[in-house]
Amino acid sequence: MTDVLVCIKRVPGASGEVLLSDDGQRVDARHVGWTLSAHEECAIELATQVAGATGGTATVLTVGSADAIEQLRDALALGCDRAVLVEAETDRFGPVDVAAAIAEVVRAHEAAGTSYGLVLLGNDAADTGDFQVPVRLAYALARPVVTGIATCTVEGDLVVAHGDGPDGPETFELPVPAVVAVMEGGVAPRYPSVMGRMKAKKVAIEQVAAEIEPVGSGRVRLTLPPEQPSQVQVLGQGADAAPAVVDLLEELGMVSR
Amino acid sequence: MIAVLVETDADGVLVVSQEALTFGRGLAERAGGVPLHAVAVGRPGEEPPAVVLAQLGEQGVASVHHVVDDRLTAYSAAAWAAALVDVAHSAGAAVVLAAGTPRGNEVLAHTATRLDVAMAANVVGIDAVGADPGDPLIVTRQVVGGAVLEQMQLGDTVAVLSVAGHAVEPAAAATATTPEVVEFSPTMTDADLVARVVRTGEKVPDASGALTSARVVVGAGRGAGSADGFKDVVRLSELLGGAVGVSRVVTSLGWRPHHEQVGQTGSRISPDLYIACGISGAIQHWAGCSSAKTILAVNTDPDAPMVTRAHYAVIGDLHEIVPAINDELDARRT
Repeated sequence: MTDVLVCIKRVPGASGEVLLSDDGQRVDARHVGWTLSAHEECAIELATQVAGATGGTATVLTVGSADAIEQLRDALALGCDRAVLVEAETDRFGPVDVAAAIAEVVRAHEAAGTSYGLVLLGNDAADTGDFQVPVRLAYALARPVVTGIATCTVEGDLVVAHGDGPDGPETFELPVPAVVAVMEGGVAPRYPSVMGRMKAKKVAIEQVAAEIEPVGSGRVRLTLPPEQPSQVQVLGQGADAAPAVVDLLEELGMVSR
Repeated sequence: MIAVLVETDADGVLVVSQEALTFGRGLAERAGGVPLHAVAVGRPGEEPPAVVLAQLGEQGVASVHHVVDDRLTAYSAAAWAAALVDVAHSAGAAVVLAAGTPRGNEVLAHTATRLDVAMAANVVGIDAVGADPGDPLIVTRQVVGGAVLEQMQLGDTVAVLSVAGHAVEPAAAATATTPEVVEFSPTMTDADLVARVVRTGEKVPDASGALTSARVVVGAGRGAGSADGFKDVVRLSELLGGAVGVSRVVTSLGWRPHHEQVGQTGSRISPDLYIACGISGAIQHWAGCSSAKTILAVNTDPDAPMVTRAHYAVIGDLHEIVPAINDELDARRT
């Protein structure tokens, strides 16, 4: 039986125009809304698969504001059993702090009788893209860690993880308990069922405060890259533009004649 | 000194690692001409390949720390980080950097944690180098898939950073060097070898490697309409000797395999030409294709971000336009 903890983050959507707050300290998601990153959708799927296959539980955790309960409920609707909100002023938190806050919960739950044999996270956050929380968490917990993983299973006392390496598909075997950072591509996240959504509404969410003094992220400010004025040259409309396209391909040296 | 972790393959130093070396050299020059060192994991009993040494020399590398240890035959991020930490301590690194590849970011995250310092991922520029040792280094890095830039301060004793792909073009130093090779075996514990590769499978020939190295990529998005809607796009990529790349919605719907995905959570490509068909150009996708040298967009919406950011565009349905391009290519070949 493996109890799995999957850590997620509320991030701005990636489908529209990104705006910034006036002080350049945060993304203003008013036009794009909030969501989960693609890597974490896959981590949730893997968490429920491992919990289901081993007869264990899947607990979802986030470090953030109370608004992130929306994302915890989404994960519950996808099959997670329990949820934990670690309330924190995330603007003041860097990857060191997020890892420390998660480690606190892992240790507290272990003391209360739930030991997570597998902790899953997204490979990197879709907004801050730090690539560090899984590794820093693993060191804080003195557990082995591997990142960039597409699929994983728990077989006895081993976490068997598969990812794509520079020389081909790679397999890692880590002793339980372990930390695994998941990259999109190995599993297809499921869609929430109506039953799942109903059930998710009824789950009591554990809320704790992060008891750490943050070291911060080192952020000075955010800026938007300068928008280049459009210089697009329209070659034509519809199929009639095909000769102009092939002229261009020839000009660029893409066609051998 | 500035230490750059370099990744190699049968052809020598990876292009992204050459970019990281060029970036590191720029930083070294701004810091008053501090030496540039490379760290490479080698095979026990073998010298660094001549092609690697020549490429490092072109980049102006003064010393190569050649990591040689039987225990490093299989990749382990913690073990590689142990080697970087050894170099940082023994040679007095002010900055440790690597290309922002999966390996690079993973090893640097271990390195920063072991050194108990901050790390900046996907750096694209240096804003300030302190006049004195220990002064903060201020960098600009990509966040939100490159849609936003973050200025970040690395105020620690050693700055750890990964360089975003295509942040700089690899460029030779004004004066080439003959790097000194320093062979060493890092200080490691058994714990550093626990999370290592136990098996490597056969590389799938059409996996994402072909996509990232292709000179031409023909992309398709939601506009393809269904799993059956890629026939003409595939044909165009074949006619041009290129690769097929797709947007995330296409793989999410199961229309095409994930290894063809271009974007923030897929491959980042930099072909000479990217033909984006029926792709709106949302942040997720743009993060992966913005380094293409020339972009031709085919889209029904003249105001789609992909069209306004492209160099060339054809307005209309890809199912009419792409077959017509294929026919025109065929006609001119005969």
